[in-house]
Amino acid sequence: MIGPERHAALSGWAFLAPALLLIAVFFFLPVMAALALSFTDFDIYALGDLQRLRFIGFDNYLQLLQSPLFWIALGNTAYFVVVGGPLSVAISLGAALLVNSRLTHGSAWFRTALFLPVVTTLVAVAVVWRYLYHPRYGLLNYGLSLFGVEPIDWLGDPNWAMPAIILMAVWKNFGFNMIIFIAGLQNIPPPLYEAARIDGANAWQQFRHITLPLLGPTFLFVALMTMIGYFQVFAEPYVMTQGGPANRTMSVVLLMYEEGFRWWNMGYASAAAFVLFALILAATMLQLQLRRRGSS
Amino acid sequence: MFSRRWFGVGRITITLSIMFPMFRLLSPIILLVLGLAGCDSGADRMVTVEFWAMGQEGERVRMLLPEFERRHPGIRVRVQQLPWSAAHEKLLTAYVGRTMPDIFQLGNTWIPEFVALRAIAPLDERLRTGSNLALHDYFPGILATNRLNGHTYALPWYVDTRLFFYRSDLLAAAGFSTPPTGWDGWRQAMTRLKGLAGPDRYAILLPINEWQLPVILALQCGAPLLRDQDRYGDFRDPRFRAAFAFYLGLFESDLAPPVSNAQMANLYQEFANGSFALYVTGPWNIGEFGRRLPAAIQPDWNTAPLPGFDDAPPCPGQDPENGAIGVSLAGGASLALARTSPRQEAAWLLLEFLAEPAQQAHFYQLTGDLPARQTAWNDPALAGNRHAQAFRQQLQHVQATPPIPEWERIAHRIAYYAELAIRKQMSVDEALTALDRDVDQILAKRRWLLERGLIP
Repeated sequence: MIGPERHAALSGWAFLAPALLLIAVFFFLPVMAALALSFTDFDIYALGDLQRLRFIGFDNYLQLLQSPLFWIALGNTAYFVVVGGPLSVAISLGAALLVNSRLTHGSAWFRTALFLPVVTTLVAVAVVWRYLYHPRYGLLNYGLSLFGVEPIDWLGDPNWAMPAIILMAVWKNFGFNMIIFIAGLQNIPPPLYEAARIDGANAWQQFRHITLPLLGPTFLFVALMTMIGYFQVFAEPYVMTQGGPANRTMSVVLLMYEEGFRWWNMGYASAAAFVLFALILAATMLQLQLRRRGSS
Repeated sequence: MFSRRWFGVGRITITLSIMFPMFRLLSPIILLVLGLAGCDSGADRMVTVEFWAMGQEGERVRMLLPEFERRHPGIRVRVQQLPWSAAHEKLLTAYVGRTMPDIFQLGNTWIPEFVALRAIAPLDERLRTGSNLALHDYFPGILATNRLNGHTYALPWYVDTRLFFYRSDLLAAAGFSTPPTGWDGWRQAMTRLKGLAGPDRYAILLPINEWQLPVILALQCGAPLLRDQDRYGDFRDPRFRAAFAFYLGLFESDLAPPVSNAQMANLYQEFANGSFALYVTGPWNIGEFGRRLPAAIQPDWNTAPLPGFDDAPPCPGQDPENGAIGVSLAGGASLALARTSPRQEAAWLLLEFLAEPAQQAHFYQLTGDLPARQTAWNDPALAGNRHAQAFRQQLQHVQATPPIPEWERIAHRIAYYAELAIRKQMSVDEALTALDRDVDQILAKRRWLLERGLIP
């Protein structure tokens, strides 16, 4: 006899089974295989004949940590996350406030317009931005020259390439976070603002004491997703600079891609992927911890 | 489709039904069943060859195929067109998934890799017996890239090498009405071009993310690149060092701008407006320059073989005769048969067909790809192309890069350290020491495999 509880549990599992099966086959299995790969020197030779495969323990990880290129890539990725992340969140919040403001006419139009870069193909965007960044004919340098700024070789100068990539990435991505912030803003009950206004709070005070605290959960979500996404920066440098000049825009995922799919060092590339995973996990935990401490 | 076998079976059935009346009732059914089976076996006899080719070649080669199918009525060819950017990955994935085509195009620098994978069927046997392929008709340096450890694994389809594209009007303005000879002469010309061009313009464009020119210069100096059966890097060799320093000198003297390919928003515009007068590039740009440069510039550009180092520094000890034309890279695409293909006979017929000089010349007209067979160059369309003639000369002076799967990766490191040295982030000696160290590490697996006899 199956008891009613047991029965319910069984039917629960039955309903979950298709989804679990899919996740197991298409997610856990590949991840486990990649983990196993990261302890081997799987490469083009091993692809032809498994006799040429060696289990090398943690060698890939050690080699990775000793590789200057990995540290350069990690540094660049950190730069991208630390500068680009907050910038993106701030700009999307600002845009959300503007679009959501009672004074803005045609906010639906602005919402769509600002969201457009998110749905535009990155490669097309990159081609246009490459023209904008052109040192001699670029619109950006032309604009700056009106203020007497010397032309900047945006993508060619090792010091400017990463800021240029960040600028483009933020422009491309902020629309998504903006939409989430708008949803968060619309969830704040209007009577709170009314009450604050009656009490004589100015716009800044309203923002500081009503908007920000009530946006807290939205903020956390946006910050986490942006950070995780920015840690995985790949497409922007891949199409704009291919990691150059002098590897100043080489990111960890780009390094992983090059090692894995350009040079077919699957073992080494898998190791890079797991190191990045560990870093993202640690950074996420840290951010959650800070948030918890901040709210208590 | 009714095949001869069907008629055979039909005849037996009819005979039987005459002999046994019972059979008369069944015979229509038997005929029907066997007839259907006969249909199948008829389709079996029609061989379909799967052919993978890249980019525009994959598109245009279809126009050659009706003639092939007319000559071989039993063979149909199915062409799959792969984009160049995904081709390498797709071929490897097909190899892993055991869905290799019967015949495929591949860059000739990929051959060592596919040989290491044992994905390619050697052609020695077919070339020895009953083939009318005249191997001596191929450019020898190009054919050499298709041979490995004494076996021929593929045949060149079209060829590729690097040489000068230059603005003849700017060169004339600098006092050279005919192209100079030797690197000495070209270097002088570049200095004068730069003098006329001013601070914003340059004599030559050498994208710093490309490894080709430093490697070409090293080959011209006789540098071995790798040592001990390609087990270790040999970049601190004085000949490589000399070539490397010469290359860096072009940037140091401000003759070339330190820019990468990705930064060139529109190369053709820049060439047209004189941002640079010289460019080292390959045959595909004959067509591109013809299409993309404004009409006014069309008479003012030309091609020239790469110069060599005559006995002068930086590469002393070079044969003075080398001065006129220096070696360049033996590039191009080849055709190979998959080792696992059950249709190698038919695929080989297709390979032989595409190698015919007449087809090669026709293919040139369709694509602009330069033929690998020298007789095909006598075709009036190609003989009349003034920009192609320098390539014909250059192709007699080409040399292969080390035939190992790791080469692309090594070449990439060369460009990387050259860039660091150009940007003065490393001295020449630091760059070459680091390059040797990286390359030794890249070759570690190869050394292990050689030690255990797992690769020849």
